[in-house]
Amino acid sequence: MAALINVPAKAKRGDIIEIRTLTSHIMETGFRRTMDGALVPRDIITSFTCRYNGAEIFRADLFPAIAANPYLSFFTVAKESGKFEFEWIGDNGYSSTASASITVE
Amino acid sequence: MAAAAFAWMIRMTTRPMTRRAAVLGISAATATLARPQVLRAQSTSRVVVVGGGFGGAACARALKRSQGDSQVILIEPNAVFTSCPFSNEVIAGLRDIEAQQFDYDKLAADGVTVIGEAVTTIEPQLRSVLTADGVALPYDRLVLSPGIDFHFEALPGYDEAASEKMPHAWKAGAQTLLLRRQLEAMDDGGTVAIAVPPNPSRCPPAPYERASLIAHYLKARKPRSKVLILDAKDTFSQQRLFEKAWKELYGDMIERIGLSQGGRVTSVDPSTKTIVTEFGNYTPDVANVIPPQRAGHIAEITGATDATGWCPIDPVTFESKLVKDVHVIGDACLGGGIPKSASAASAQGKACAAAIVNLLAGRAPEAPRLTGVCYNTVAPGYGFSLAGNYQPRGDIFAEVEGGATSPVDAPRELRAREAAEAERWFQTITADTFG
Repeated sequence: MAALINVPAKAKRGDIIEIRTLTSHIMETGFRRTMDGALVPRDIITSFTCRYNGAEIFRADLFPAIAANPYLSFFTVAKESGKFEFEWIGDNGYSSTASASITVE
Repeated sequence: MAAAAFAWMIRMTTRPMTRRAAVLGISAATATLARPQVLRAQSTSRVVVVGGGFGGAACARALKRSQGDSQVILIEPNAVFTSCPFSNEVIAGLRDIEAQQFDYDKLAADGVTVIGEAVTTIEPQLRSVLTADGVALPYDRLVLSPGIDFHFEALPGYDEAASEKMPHAWKAGAQTLLLRRQLEAMDDGGTVAIAVPPNPSRCPPAPYERASLIAHYLKARKPRSKVLILDAKDTFSQQRLFEKAWKELYGDMIERIGLSQGGRVTSVDPSTKTIVTEFGNYTPDVANVIPPQRAGHIAEITGATDATGWCPIDPVTFESKLVKDVHVIGDACLGGGIPKSASAASAQGKACAAAIVNLLAGRAPEAPRLTGVCYNTVAPGYGFSLAGNYQPRGDIFAEVEGGATSPVDAPRELRAREAAEAERWFQTITADTFG
C-alpha cells in the first residue's frame, strides 16, 4: 500500500488546515531477537518531510520506539493554491513519496 | 447464651421445624456471636440488582437461590429482554426476533422481586435507589449491571436520531429489525458498510460475525453486493478463523479496511448517509454504524465510572473502587482480559452473588475463577469458538491457562459441530438465566 494522505481539496486563504499522513512500514526496532537469539536488524523510517509549493513546512525525526505504520497529523495555513509533497526516508535506503493538491480561494 | 437464644427465636417463628431451618438457625447464631451487626444484614438483608440482562438476571437468581431468606429486587424497565447473542442471525434473516426474547416470570417465580421501572437516581450515602415512579428502595448491597451506552461525543454526527438512518443494532430489538429491513430493501450490487469502534466494546468479535452473516444473506439474494468493514482496530479476535472463512465462503465479498489502512471512522453525516474516516469518505447503501461505547448511564449517575467511561472494580467481589456497597458486573465493568460478553456477564453475576452472600455473612469472599466462551457463526453450519479462563490479578481479570480457540485448519465437520454447539450454548445460557 502506498501512503495515505488527507489534505482538504479546497480552503479559504488564511484557513488553518489539518494534514494527515499514514504510511505502511514495519518500524522494526532493532532490539528484538529471533527464536535463535539473533538480533533482528533495525528497519525504521528515520525522517518525514512535507513541502508546500517547494518550501519545507514540516519535518519529523522518527525513532525505534515509534509504532508500525506511522501516522502523522499536523496543521498549516492555506496560503496559495498548489501542491504538498511528502517524503519518508529510512533505513536500508528506504524512500517513499506522495503528493496532494489544494485550491485556495 | 446468645446462640441458644437466637436458635430458639428461629424455632418459634418457623413452624413446623425443619432440619434445614435448624441448621440455618445455628449457623446464623454463630455469626451473631462474631459480628453482632451482621445479624440484621443476614436475616433481613436486601440486595437490589439494577439491569436485567445476562449479568443482572443471573446475579439476582443466584442470590435468591443461595440466600432464600434475603430479599432480592431486580429493577429492569423492559418487560421483555432481547438477547444480543444470536441477534446477527436475525439481521441476516436466519432467525425470528421472538427467539431472542425472554421475560422475567421465572425469576419472579423463584422469589426475585421484579420491578418494571427505570432507575432515576441512586444515593450511595443513603444506600437507596429511586425509581421513575418515585419509590425509594433501600439496599444493603447494590449490584449494577447496566450494560453499555453509546459514547456519542466520540463520534461527531452520530446520535439517537442518526441511528434511525444508520442503525447500530448493538442493543438488540428495534434496531436489529431496522438493519434487517434496510438489508432487505437494498438493491443487488449495493454496499453494506459496518463501522467498527475501538476496544473496549461489547462483544469484540461480533462485528465480524455480523459481516459474515450479512455476506451469507447477500450471497443468496443479492450476489453482486459487498460488505465493507471500516475498522478502528488493526487486529481482532479470532481474526485468522474469520478471514479463512470469508475466503472459503464469500470470496472477496467482504472487504476490511483496518486502522493502519485508514479505516477508523471519525464522523458521520446522517443526512447524506456518509461515513468519514481519517483518509476518506464512504456513502454506502446500508450504513451499520457501531459507535464507541462506555458503561451504561446508571453506572455514571452512581459515580461508579472513571475517566475511561467504565467502572473500576475489585475483581474478587466486583465491588466498585469508587462507590461503597455498590458492585458492578457485565459489560460496564473494567474487566481487563475478560471480554464483554453474555457468557462473561453471566459468570460475573454468579461470582458477584457468591461474594455478596459471603460479605453479608461476614465471611471473606473467595477469588473467583471465571470461564467465558464465545461462539461465532459465519454461516449456517459453520461456527468456531474461543473459550477462556480468567482470574483476578491486581485490579483486573487476567487470562489464565486452560483457554482454547478453534484450530484454523479444521475439517468442515468440526465447523458444523461448533455451529450446533453454539445453538446449544444459547439454549443453555438463556434457560439458566431466564428459564
